[in-house]
Amino acid sequence: MEQAAKKQVIEGLREQILSMQGYKTVSKSQQNTSGLELFAPAFPGHSFPLQGIHEFVSESREQTAASNGFISGILSTLMKDGSPCIWISASRKFFPPAAKRFSLNTASIIFIDLQNEKELLWVTEEALKCEGLAAVVSEIPDLNFATSRRFQLVIEKSKTTALFLRENPRILSNTTCLARWKISPLPSILPEGMPGVGQPSWKAELLKVRNGEGGTFKVYWSGSTFEQPQKENIRALPIHELQAG
Amino acid sequence: MTKRFLSIWFPFLLTDWKTIRRPEWKERAMVCTGASHGRMMVIAANKEANAQGIHNGMPLADARAIVHELEVFDEKPGRKEKLLEGLARWAIRYTPLSSTDPDGILLDITGCSHLWGGEEAYLKHITSRLQSSGYTIKAAIANTIGTSWALSRYGKGAEIVAPYQQHFALLPLSPAALRIPDEITEKLHKLGLNQIERFIQMPRSTLRRRFGENLLTKIAQAMGDESEAFIPITTILEFEERLACLEPIRTAKAIEIAIERLLDKLCLRLKKEGLGLRKAALKGYRIDGKTISTAIGTNRPSDDPIHLMKLFALNISGIAPGMGIELFTLSAEKTEKMERPQEKIWAGQAGLDSQPLAELLDRVAGKVGKNAIHRYLPRADYWPERAVKQAKDLSEDSGISFHNPLNRPIQLLPRPERIEVTAPIPDYPPMLFIYQGVRHSIKKADGPERLERAWWLEEGEHRDYYTVEDEKGNRYWLFRSGHYAAENSAWFIHGFFA
Repeated sequence: MEQAAKKQVIEGLREQILSMQGYKTVSKSQQNTSGLELFAPAFPGHSFPLQGIHEFVSESREQTAASNGFISGILSTLMKDGSPCIWISASRKFFPPAAKRFSLNTASIIFIDLQNEKELLWVTEEALKCEGLAAVVSEIPDLNFATSRRFQLVIEKSKTTALFLRENPRILSNTTCLARWKISPLPSILPEGMPGVGQPSWKAELLKVRNGEGGTFKVYWSGSTFEQPQKENIRALPIHELQAG
Repeated sequence: MTKRFLSIWFPFLLTDWKTIRRPEWKERAMVCTGASHGRMMVIAANKEANAQGIHNGMPLADARAIVHELEVFDEKPGRKEKLLEGLARWAIRYTPLSSTDPDGILLDITGCSHLWGGEEAYLKHITSRLQSSGYTIKAAIANTIGTSWALSRYGKGAEIVAPYQQHFALLPLSPAALRIPDEITEKLHKLGLNQIERFIQMPRSTLRRRFGENLLTKIAQAMGDESEAFIPITTILEFEERLACLEPIRTAKAIEIAIERLLDKLCLRLKKEGLGLRKAALKGYRIDGKTISTAIGTNRPSDDPIHLMKLFALNISGIAPGMGIELFTLSAEKTEKMERPQEKIWAGQAGLDSQPLAELLDRVAGKVGKNAIHRYLPRADYWPERAVKQAKDLSEDSGISFHNPLNRPIQLLPRPERIEVTAPIPDYPPMLFIYQGVRHSIKKADGPERLERAWWLEEGEHRDYYTVEDEKGNRYWLFRSGHYAAENSAWFIHGFFA
């Protein structure tokens, strides 16, 4: 009995420390993370944090495409209520028609295409200041600690989600990110004996989680949410969604 | 309300302008010349040249014969008009309505002079400013355009005609003061009518018969019996605010304060009318006579001075104050009706029409340009390069959804890139392909999906698209352009799947 009480006190203190470190967990009702609870165990407090920076590191074009798909999946969860998203990039290859697969409404994504890194950082900071956005996606290959801390301070005020796509970063130094992901493609899943290419599957590695466990997830996109592959799941998929072309 | 006009005449405009630039010519006879029928003619002569008998329209050779040491410079077409327009623009700091006329400028000063402490002080201020910068001028204030023009040309100098006294002021002047053509003036002089008072009492029918309708119109306009149009060089916008500075402003902080004050006043007026700003222009009148300007635009009508200030703040560094700015004007070039939402206690979840988003996009457009912002809508077209179109604004909706979204890649290459392929039999996906030197052997594939070109838009081969997955699980979008094994068929990679 006494031990349980002690544990509770320690839990409370831990949460207090986290919030002092700028790590805010909003109560479950406010935070719309249904569909992302799959990844929750890897994070402190067993909830997917939304107020902060998530980095997606990719080392090849295929990994970039996989990260794009993974981000689309996260965005589709965040943008369910119709709130807009801003996608900032210096060399964008994202193809809007594909987003429908991730039940993402591209009409409420605003793309800002820029020429140089200076503008990119300025616009990213301005976008992070804006309230009422579902998320800010920014393709920043190189991010140093000072810049990321600047962004973090802005986010603590505006409570926005930042998803940074880092393709071929020169140095992976310490940043204030909540999590650093690496998404790589996995062979797609098909029911036994079916031809064609199936649902996109990925290996989502959490290289770094602030105050958390980290981990590796094997997931696929079921058409409306992330799921972990299990034999029964595959059978349950409607065939017409698997087959295309 | 009684109208008041100030007419300023520059008798030696071109030569005065030259003297300002070449002060060493000040005390010498000087003429401006231009070619006419193969001869050099005197277009404008200065005071000294006039005193020695040189007048406008004289051949240069004759003028040189009169004055041996004559300074000569060439006329440039349009210089005079440009100078007058510049002077009229300079005068905007004294009245918002300013215009040019041949050899001078004309200002509508109704309701302006009291700001300088009465008409006398006002006139003195303007004339002394112009004289100190080196221009010879004559000016007059009167109720009508005609009278002020007449007195500035044929009057004593700086004259102010009291309201409704223009009749008496005109009487002793020469008929030329009525702005009538030279031949009518000549005719009047020939008949001994060399002062306006001599013929103004004549019956109208007699005057009309002998000198034409024009003379009657000009008399009526000068007397104020008939109205005369005044065409200012700048149109006054409905929403315009002016801020005159006590001392010329030179620092960025001071400019910022000036803009803030103007915005506060303008936004208050807009708020009362229920309007919002879409486009605004700021003009600064510098003491060296130059005007600097900067403009902003917004995505949605706004009457929030703080937001608009942020947009101007991006441009302040581009404003060159020079020796100092003495007057700012801020004009709303485009306004729109504004729907004021009811204030909420909690900022609700907002869509694309949210105010913070519109303000963010305004700032981005102000900093990096409007062309950087894109939003895409589906277009009814199969061809991948034409599958999306740009939305014109934040509210546009195409009403259709993307065609065939399941097998479109998440990343599309801007241009398809050539690959080398081993394909076993026609219409089967390839077994392996080499892209950028890396060999990918294909394990799973979908397709082909044949896309034909829109023949009415462009010529070329059709494309057979395949979705393929290699041994590592990487997914690609490949296509063969043209038929299998045809002469001009080739394989390309066009995108990456998630």
